[in-house]
Formats: sequence, C-alpha cells, structure tokens
Amino acid sequence: MAMELDVFVGNTTIMDEEVYQLWLDGYTVSDAVKVRMEGGVMEECEASADVLLSDTMDQYRTFQMCERLLYSPAKLANQLLFQIPPHRQAILIERYYAFDDAFVREVLGKKLSKGTKKDLDDISAKTNVTLKSCRRQFDNFKRVFKVVEELKGPLVENIRQHFLLSDKLARDYAAIVFFANNRFETGKRKLQYLTFQDFAFCAGQLINNWTVGAVGEQIPTDHQRSFRFYMDVDLDKEFLQELKELKILITDKDLLDQHKSLVCTALRGKTKAFNEMEANFKNLSRGLVNIAAKLTNTKDVRDFFIDLVEKFIEPCRSDRWTAADMKLYLTHYTNSAHILDTFKHQVVWDRYMGVIKSCIFKMFHD
Amino acid sequence: MPGKLKAKIVAGRHLPVMDRASDLTDAFVEVKFGNTTFKTDVCPKSLNPQWNSEWFKFEVDDEDLQDEPLQVTVLDHDTYSANDAIGKVYIDIDPLLCNEAASVISGWFPIYDTIHGIRGEINVLVKVELFNDLNRFRQSSCGVKFFCTTSIPRCYRAAMVHGFVEELVVNEDPEYQWIDRIRTPRASNEARQRLISLMSGELQRKIGLKVLEMGGNAVVGYLQCFDLEGESGLVVRAIGTACTLDKLSSGSAPNTATHTHPNTAPASNACNSPSKDGKEPVFGEDLLSSSGPPTPFRALPTSSSSPPPLSPSKPCSRQSSSSDTDLSLTPKTGMGSGGSAGKEAGPLKTLLRQQTQTALEQREFPFFTLTSFPPGFLVHVGGVVSARSVKLLDRIHNPDEPETRDAWWEEIRQEIKSHAKALGCHAVVGYSESTSICEEVCILSASGTAAILNPRYMREGCLDIGIVDHRFEDPSPPSCGFCHIPYDELNMPFPTQLTYCYHCRRQKVPDVLFTTIDLPPEAAVTGKGCLIQARLCRLKKKAQGEVNATAISNLLPFMEYELHTQLMNKLKLRSMNALFGLRIQISIGENMLLGLASATGVYLTALPAPGGIQIAGKTPGDLSNEHHILTIQKRINDTIAKNKEIYQINPPELTEEVVGSPIPEPRQRSRLFRSHSESSDEVSELDLSHGKKDAFVLEIDDTDAVEDIHSLLTDATIPTGFNSCNTEIMPGIYNWTSAVQMFTSVRVFRLSNANLTNQGLNKIFTDLCENLLKSFYFKLRSMIPCCLCHLNFTVAVPEEELIQVAVTAVAMTYDKDQTQEKPAEKPITKGCIETEEQLQFPMELCADSSSTNTQLSSKISGSLTHFFFFLSALSSLERSSPVPDGRSRSLRSTRGFGGSSVTVVKMTPLSFLPGTRIIKYLGIINMFFIRETTSLREEGGVSGFLHSFIAEVFAMVRAHVAALGGNAVVSYSMKECVFMENPNKNQAQCLINVSGDAVICVRETDQEPVPSNIGQTCTSETDGAT
Repeated sequence: MAMELDVFVGNTTIMDEEVYQLWLDGYTVSDAVKVRMEGGVMEECEASADVLLSDTMDQYRTFQMCERLLYSPAKLANQLLFQIPPHRQAILIERYYAFDDAFVREVLGKKLSKGTKKDLDDISAKTNVTLKSCRRQFDNFKRVFKVVEELKGPLVENIRQHFLLSDKLARDYAAIVFFANNRFETGKRKLQYLTFQDFAFCAGQLINNWTVGAVGEQIPTDHQRSFRFYMDVDLDKEFLQELKELKILITDKDLLDQHKSLVCTALRGKTKAFNEMEANFKNLSRGLVNIAAKLTNTKDVRDFFIDLVEKFIEPCRSDRWTAADMKLYLTHYTNSAHILDTFKHQVVWDRYMGVIKSCIFKMFHD
Repeated sequence: MPGKLKAKIVAGRHLPVMDRASDLTDAFVEVKFGNTTFKTDVCPKSLNPQWNSEWFKFEVDDEDLQDEPLQVTVLDHDTYSANDAIGKVYIDIDPLLCNEAASVISGWFPIYDTIHGIRGEINVLVKVELFNDLNRFRQSSCGVKFFCTTSIPRCYRAAMVHGFVEELVVNEDPEYQWIDRIRTPRASNEARQRLISLMSGELQRKIGLKVLEMGGNAVVGYLQCFDLEGESGLVVRAIGTACTLDKLSSGSAPNTATHTHPNTAPASNACNSPSKDGKEPVFGEDLLSSSGPPTPFRALPTSSSSPPPLSPSKPCSRQSSSSDTDLSLTPKTGMGSGGSAGKEAGPLKTLLRQQTQTALEQREFPFFTLTSFPPGFLVHVGGVVSARSVKLLDRIHNPDEPETRDAWWEEIRQEIKSHAKALGCHAVVGYSESTSICEEVCILSASGTAAILNPRYMREGCLDIGIVDHRFEDPSPPSCGFCHIPYDELNMPFPTQLTYCYHCRRQKVPDVLFTTIDLPPEAAVTGKGCLIQARLCRLKKKAQGEVNATAISNLLPFMEYELHTQLMNKLKLRSMNALFGLRIQISIGENMLLGLASATGVYLTALPAPGGIQIAGKTPGDLSNEHHILTIQKRINDTIAKNKEIYQINPPELTEEVVGSPIPEPRQRSRLFRSHSESSDEVSELDLSHGKKDAFVLEIDDTDAVEDIHSLLTDATIPTGFNSCNTEIMPGIYNWTSAVQMFTSVRVFRLSNANLTNQGLNKIFTDLCENLLKSFYFKLRSMIPCCLCHLNFTVAVPEEELIQVAVTAVAMTYDKDQTQEKPAEKPITKGCIETEEQLQFPMELCADSSSTNTQLSSKISGSLTHFFFFLSALSSLERSSPVPDGRSRSLRSTRGFGGSSVTVVKMTPLSFLPGTRIIKYLGIINMFFIRETTSLREEGGVSGFLHSFIAEVFAMVRAHVAALGGNAVVSYSMKECVFMENPNKNQAQCLINVSGDAVICVRETDQEPVPSNIGQTCTSETDGAT
C-alpha cells in the first residue's frame, strides 16, 4: 500500500543497528530494503515488504534528523528532541565516525580540502564505497581536523573528549589528523602494500615521540608548557633541527667504520643474512641518517614513509632479510651507536631510532 | 489579588544562528503573564547565552493564575530592524497552585516556533506564592487536583466519589477571524495556541469550581477535547469524575489496604440479602455436590417477585419495563438534529424501580469517566450504552452563553441515562464523549457502560470501604459478581441467553458481555485476551446542510449494526465471550463514513463458552454451493481451534461426559438461591433458553456475506511473542518486566481509485489497520515477549480521498515463563491477592462447569445477539500495581543516565509503569501545539514534517515533566492530531493536543510494596521465579 504519509515515533527513539549501518553505508531506501529482505529479517517476524519499507523509511528519517546532532556528539547527550539511552548514543556516535579502511587509505595524508572532496566520486568508484558514505567519512575527517587543529593538549585525548569516541577510534582519528596536517605521502605505488593500520601505528609512534606534546608528556611541568606550545599535531621543530647533528654518523669516516664493525661483531653468526648486512651497512646507515637530516624540509617530511621504504625496506627485502633479521639488525645498529665515544647525540639518536625501529618493523611485511 | 508569580530566566543553549554575518545570535527574553511583560538584557553574540536574570514578579489574581500560561519569548535583538522571534515556551502554572503537586518549575524547555519547530532550549525557574483567600464567591478553584488517569490515582484513596462534572467553553477560532487574512501564519498559529491554552485553563478552573461545590477535591478521569468547528468557532469541553481523594501516607503502598481484604466483594453488599446466615455453608456444599450427576432443570418454586429491598445498599433488585433495545438504531427524526442512534428516551422511565437509589438517583447524570474502580465500587455491569446525534453547526453568536452546545450534550446524556435505565442500571461507568466534524456537520457521540454501583462511595463518611465490607458483608465470589445481570430476566431489554454463572452457579449471566471499562482486576479469565477490531467504510453522496446531515443519520444505524456484527463474529472466532474497553468511533468525511470499533476480547470464566459459527447457505440443494459452504465452515472451525491454542483458552469444564445433561442439579440451586433472597426471582422460567447454546449463524446469501466471512478469516494472526489489547493491561499476563516503549504512529492513505465500492473501501481500510499492527510487531520485535497495551486507534477523513489513522500505544515486556504457568491454574490471581478461601474458587469452577456444560451444540439460527450488554459486579480490589520482580536492574540502568543533563522521562498511556511505584502526582499535562511549514519538500515531505513534529511534541512533554521534577507521564494520550497538507503549495499544517499526568515514580523494590499475607500466597511464586 502506498502511503501518503507514514510515520512511527517512539518516546525512546527506536533504532535498528542493521538499518543504521545500511544508512551509513549510503544505501538508498530501496536498496536497504532489498538487503534486509535477503538478510531474512522478514521471516523473523512475518513481515511483508511493505512493512520493511515503512520501517526503513522511518529509521532513515530518524537518522537524518539525528545526523545534525552527530556533528557535535556532545550535543547528543543534552539535546531534548530524541530520548536515546546512553549506550545507544555511544553506538550511534561510534558507528557514525567509523570509516572504511579502503576509503581512508585513499585520502590519508591528503589535504582535507574542497579539491579532495571533488575527487570523492573517483575514490568511491575505486573503493566500492558509496559516494554518500565517502562524503560522510570525508566530512567526519574534516570536522575532527578542524576542531582539534587549534587545540592544545594531547591529540588523542582531545578527539576523544570532543567527539566521545572510543580510545581505538580516537587514535585512528589522531593518525588521520596527523597525516593530513603533515601531508605525508601515502599514495605512491611503492606504499600501496601498507594498510591504514600500518600507518596509524606509525602515526602513533610519531605523535608520541616526535611532537612537542610528546616532550610535554615527558616533562609535564607548567613551566615547560608555558614555554613551548603544547601541541602534538606538529612535529617538534627543535628536534628536527637536532636531527641534523646525526649526520656525523655518515660523514665522519671513522665513526661510520667504527659503527659498522661494532654492529657486525654483534651480528656475526646470528643470522643467515649476515653477509648482505655487512655489505650493505654503509648504504643502509646513510639512508636512515639522511632521512633524519632532511626532516627539516617540509617536502622531505611528506616523503618520510616513501623514503623509509626506498632507502631501507626495499634494499633489505631484495636481500631476503626476514623480519627477525630486521629486528636484530636495527637493535644492534641503534645500540652500537651508544658505544661510539665520539658520538655525542645519544638522546636525539634514541628518540629518532626508537620511532624508526617501530615504524620499520610495522612496515616490513614478510 | 492573592498570588505572586515569580519567574527567572537563567540561560539558553543550542540557539539557532540568527545573524548570518557573525554566525551568532544576540538573544534576549520577554516574559509575559496576562498583560504584564518583562525583558531580560540582551546577551550579545552567543548561541549559549547566560542571562541569569533577576526574579520577574507578577502580582495576579488566582483566577488568572489558573487561566493564563506564562509566556516566555526568546528574541534576537536587531539594532536596525525589528527584533526577530526565535521561539516561545508556554508554561502552565497550574501544577504550582496545588500544594500537593509540584512546588517549583525549573528546567530546560525547548524553544518552540510554529514555523521552525524546536530552536534551542531555555532554562527557566518559576515559583508561585499563594495567599489564602477564603472568599466564598471566588471564581478560582486553586487546589483542586486534576488527573487524566481513569482510575483512582495510585497514591490516593477515594474517600468519596461525587460524580460527573462537565463544562464547555466556546470562542471564535482565530484562524477564521478577518484579521487572519493580514497576519502571518506564525502570528495566527500563536494566537490559536494561546487562545486554546487560555480556554483550557478557564475550563479547568470552572470544573474545579463545580468540584468544590460538590465538596470534592479532585477530578479523576479528566477528559478534555477540542472541537474545531471551523467558521462556527472553537469549542473546548471537558468531562470528569469529581472525587474526594485522601493521600495515602507515603509509607504505605497504595493498594495495601485493599489487597488485604480480597474477599470484601462489593457484589455481596449489593446482591446478598441482609440475612447472611447459612450462606457460607451452602456455598461450601455447593462446591462439593456440584460434581454429582446433574439432573434436568425445572423451574423452581421460588416466587418471582423480588422482596422489597431493605437496605439502600441493594441496588440490584430492579426492573425495567423497557423492552427497548440498546441498539434500536432508528434515528428518531430525520432532520439535522435527529440521528441519535439510541433508543427513544420517552417510554423508558424506569417507573418500577423500587429502590431509592441514595445519592445516585438525585444526580442529574450518574456518569463516571472511570474505567477501573476502587474495590467495592462496581457491583454489576449491564451493557454498553451509546448515543449519537448528528448536528448542523452554526456560528456561535455569544461565546459567553454556549447554550446550544450545552443543550446538545445534555440531550445525548439524557439518552445515555435512559439507556442505562433500560438495562436496569442506575449509573454509567467508563463514560466518554467525542465528536467528528466535517464541514458544517458534526456527530456527537457518547458511550459508556451501564452499571450498578455500590452507593457507599457516594455517601459521606464511609471512608474505609474495604474494611467495612469485610466486617459486615459476606464474602461472595469476587471474580464473577460483575458479570451477573443487573436487569430483570423476565423483562430483558434485549434478546440474550442467560445461563447460571459458571463460577458461582448462583446468578444469571448473559452469553456475551460488552463493556467500555477495563477488565476488573479480580475477574477470572481463561487464557489470554486480544485486540479485536471491527472496521467499516461506507460511501455517501456529497451533500450540503440538512440533506447531508440526514444522509449521515440514516447511515449511522447500519454502521453500528455492522460493526457490532463484525465484533461479535470476531469474538466468536477467537472463542471468547466478553469485550472490554470497547470504543466505537465513527468519522465523517465528505463522501464517506468510517467506523472503527476496538476492544479487548477475553474469555470470562464466569460466562458460558461461546458457540461456534455456523455457515448456512440460502439455496439448499445447490451442490457446489454446499461444498463451498462446507469448506468455509471447515476453515472457520480450524481457525477457532487455532485461536483457542494461541490464546490458551482451555476452559477446564469442557469434558465430554456431561454433554446431554444440560442443566445442573436444581436442588442445589434452590438452596443457593434461598440464601440469596435478592436473586430468587432469577430461577424461574429460564429453563428453556437455558439449555441452548448460543448459535451463531452466518447466512451466505449474497456476495456481501462472502466478503464478510472472507475478511473475518483473513485477519492476520499475531506473531508469536506478541499480544495486543486496548485496555490498561492484558488479561492473562501478570508478570510485567520494566521495559516500556510508548509510540505514536500516523498513516494517511490516499484513495486513488475514484469509483470505489463499499467493499473496496472496507478492504483498504482493513488493510490499513492490519498493516499498522504488523508494522508495530515488526518494529518492536526486539522486545519479545511483549504486549502492546492500550492500543488507541483514531480514524479521520481529513480530506476527500484521504483516510488517516493515528495510533498511540505502549509496548511492555513481560516474563514469558511465568505467564505460562499462571493463568491456567489460577485465573483470579491478577495482583496476587488471594486468600486461602479464594483459592477454592478455581476448583469449584472446574467442578461446576463440567456439570453445566452441556449445551454446546444446539443452535438457534439467526440469533445475532447484537446488543451490548454486560453485567458486572465489581468486587474488591483495585488492581495491584505490577508484580515486583527482579527487573530492577534494567530500571536502574535507564535511570542512571550517567553524565547527561537530561532526565529520562518515561511515557505511557497506562495509569502505571510496570516495576515502579508512583509516589507523587505533579499535575496534569495538557498541551496544544500547532506546526506549520511552507517548505514541505525541504523538511522531508509530509512524513518528515510530521515525524519531526511528533518527536518535538514528545520532547516538549518530557521537558515540562522534568521541569516539574517528574520522571514519567502516565495516562498519556494524543487526543487530537489534525493534519492538513497542500503539497502543491509546498505547505502543511498540523495540530496536536496531548495530555497526561506528570508523576514521580520509584522502583517498586525501593520499598516493600506488598502486604505480608500476599507474600504467603502467590507472590512467593513470582518471587521464586525471578
């Protein structure tokens, strides 16, 4: 029966999680009805297609009305229009801000601008995520970005508080914001094999160790805070400057040889790839130290991940290192630098290599 | 000048952006009461302004306090042009005028605009200081409490029930004034909202005055309605039941006292002879001997003249000279004002009434809007009485003297009263009034249930009914008394078949009982109940004025008849024998009439088992036809069998052996009746009809009948795990858990086919209702097992070719395991209130009924017993509040709404919330909203528009309740939902009127709710199971 008007409103807002997901995924009402019919919900309650259609329409309307509240989730808790139990509110928010890995992988590191938004239909076609859903996800990224961009304090915590997201999701958003802010290149062919979670992990490492906020956490004095802008969306400029000092490791011939022999002594006999490691040591060390030294240039920051892959991961892979080899090598490579008596930059070195080590472990897929 | 109203504007939040340039708002607030207005400062550039204003003080008459709402307007300051209104909040001050209700109103209110809907929220604080004024000639009635609830509110006790109060006020509708042509829609809507708010206030005040005059302090079952008569004006009318209520001390659970005396059946007061000796022994004997071999029944030698009643507490003996039927549907006069669908009033004077009916008799209208009653109040139920009248509207010339409208209602009420008399009853309970208006034609309808009441409640100084009864009266079966016929069987007002009550064996009961009230809590029921609806459409020619009115008058009786037949068929098909909560609505449109009857069917253990439905063909001999009939007959029989299973109707008495011995042993009976002087006359002469089982024959003589049968059989069955009813609670389900979901659903169907037939229309209308129900089941499937309670359907024909159905109901979950064990064995245990004595009844019941059962197979063809009747004796016990069990967990979780600043407000059309106890009534909620849009498409079309409007109405109700300090609304109802659209102009308008009682409730387990002796009997079961 075609209704001129058909509404159902509950005092406690009724929401079906399945329909919500279909709505979020950008299904039209009729497609959603089809999916639900195939899902067998009709048998469950002796419903007909009409009933399903009417229910789907009701729920879609409810979600549309709620959507505006979801833009600032804190409002959801003290608005009066919908009476939604708290656990439902949490689900609504969490799902609304959830995103497809395939989609996020496409926009990760891109500027969240109108220009990118125009490309969404291409991304939609490529990822099989509906355009509507792409838009929602993109707008979510942009909204979160705009809110936390200017906020002081730890990024993850800011996101969690403003958008009432779970810790996991807040961390993912922190990664997205961080990547967007620093415009890391993630789209190159050589980086295609990396998943969003790989990048999110790396972002977490960078945020926790290389930003001003990271320092703030380590030295949480008010004095410190008032001096240095307590933010962790941006990399710590001072630290990046200090990284230049590491160059000595490759420019000083003695130091380089000394470093190599220390590492080789430690590694000998412990791995099948020892010969390749020995042969490649200087190349690899140059690669890593050069990456560090160039990070003062914004352009080179963007290429950070591609550099890691090109300068380190690819050579290792072509030499058939295993993940264990990699771990072994990097551990000794990092630690041996401490024994070099003429090398004075131990703190910077640790701060740098700590992150590099974890990132490379994550990015080195067997 | 005895009142000071104080208001303080604290803050706003989530305001809309009014200044595009800055994306901000410069908001300030005007606070207006009567003709006085205060303003706050402008809070510049903020969407979350903090005004923290001083206290604005209004010194006013208490009369004005009752009539006027406090009007809070939020505006955006604009230096260069006129200030823009953001929206308004109307706050009803009434709850503050009664010291037992709320003391302060404080909270966030949605700021509402009739064009834009809710636009942010405002935090307001309101207080009232009342000075005592003992002026006898005062026009105010502060302090009279109002309740929408149609039973005695939970934390009160009825000291006295004074009776019917009614009032109406009329005015011109601002929408139809000349000025409306030049003002904005917003101004017009606001004028209307304000006027209606004023009129409701005035109405309530006037009713309050009447209550004070009668010596009461409260109005229960307050029902207020609007008649939008268009050009001819706006009528706001209300009815209610004036009572004197005593607040129960906070420590005692509301029903405690009544529960401890379950045997104090009021039936006994009324029906038993003053001599009580020998009664109990006989009773016991009866119990034992009834299992003996039954012998044929003969008339007993008892005199048929009833002895003159000796005490005024015996309203049962009465005679009605009338043979007129309740539904003699011939409208008396053909003219516009004719059309009353009831019996003629004239000859029906109940001249022979022997008894002086104490207080009741003196009353002009012994009507009660209650649907469930304090223990001991209801004695017998006679049947449904209804009256309709078709009127032509004309302009109300003098709003101060609304005589015409008053006279119309007076006429209808007289008719109802005389119908009740014809049924041998002196009162009407479950009384309600309604109208349906189309252009200048208006149908006024009133209906109720004729009943005999215990006059004790109507007299002064009988506060402790329960206890008094217990002491002075004999216990009598509490669960069947109300079924016993109140009329004289020799002079029955309509043809029906009487049998001896299957429960007590002592008095007569009819074969079918229809009522508008709730099932009395003590009634014994077999199996579960279910919603039964009869639906009907009738086309009519378009016409004007009197011709139109006459046409409608002529159609009405046929509609009522058909609705009634449908109800009866459906009842039989479900193997049930009684209807409760019957509500018949007839709506007029330009070219059709819609009829919708809803009720909850049950199998009353005290009434005989319904016979099946027989199909008979008109043309015997036609083989193919006969075959066809056989097929249909088989389907019907199958359906009945299936329904018995679904509703768990297995009356224990259906044992084969007894068939053929139609009548129980007469000797026992005579003894029984001797002890029971009052009913002695009932024994004689009944033997003939007595042996026959009612037969219900449907003749298939034309396509209509085929269609009827078809529709009968195609009613969708309820999915497993669901139950539905339109009464307060579902007969047969006792163990509610605490999840409730109140909802409102509206559907409008556009008839596309221009030349529809009656049958086509019927099909569409039926499908519309059935599909709605199916939709509910589907949407609420996560609540299974659950029951849809108080399903209230309202139909309308808003425009030619449109059918609108609006439903408000509540879904409540229950504990499945317990229901299954309970009802079969213990039909009476509704509130778990049995004493040992009562526990015998089920046994007695089994034994007895087996001896009578008998007559199942005989049939009388053609006996469509289409009359409303009922009998009832109400006994004892208010329904106990829902059984406590282990559902506190869920309740707690809903309540602890964590960090949120919004109170959870539960809403329900019922008078209680399962698992909770109402500790305070905060006042009546009665709100009227108009919403209009000129950008229908942008708001999601008509559905989007109405969806958000209904959500907004809920939000505003919740906000007002929360501001009063409450956490729930009980007896919530949406009384009006008028929707108009003009898609071509991209416009729509909707009016909604809602009402209910704001309450504070606490978890039942917070305090020991049940008296100890209950614990010993059946509560222990419940507890054990949780």
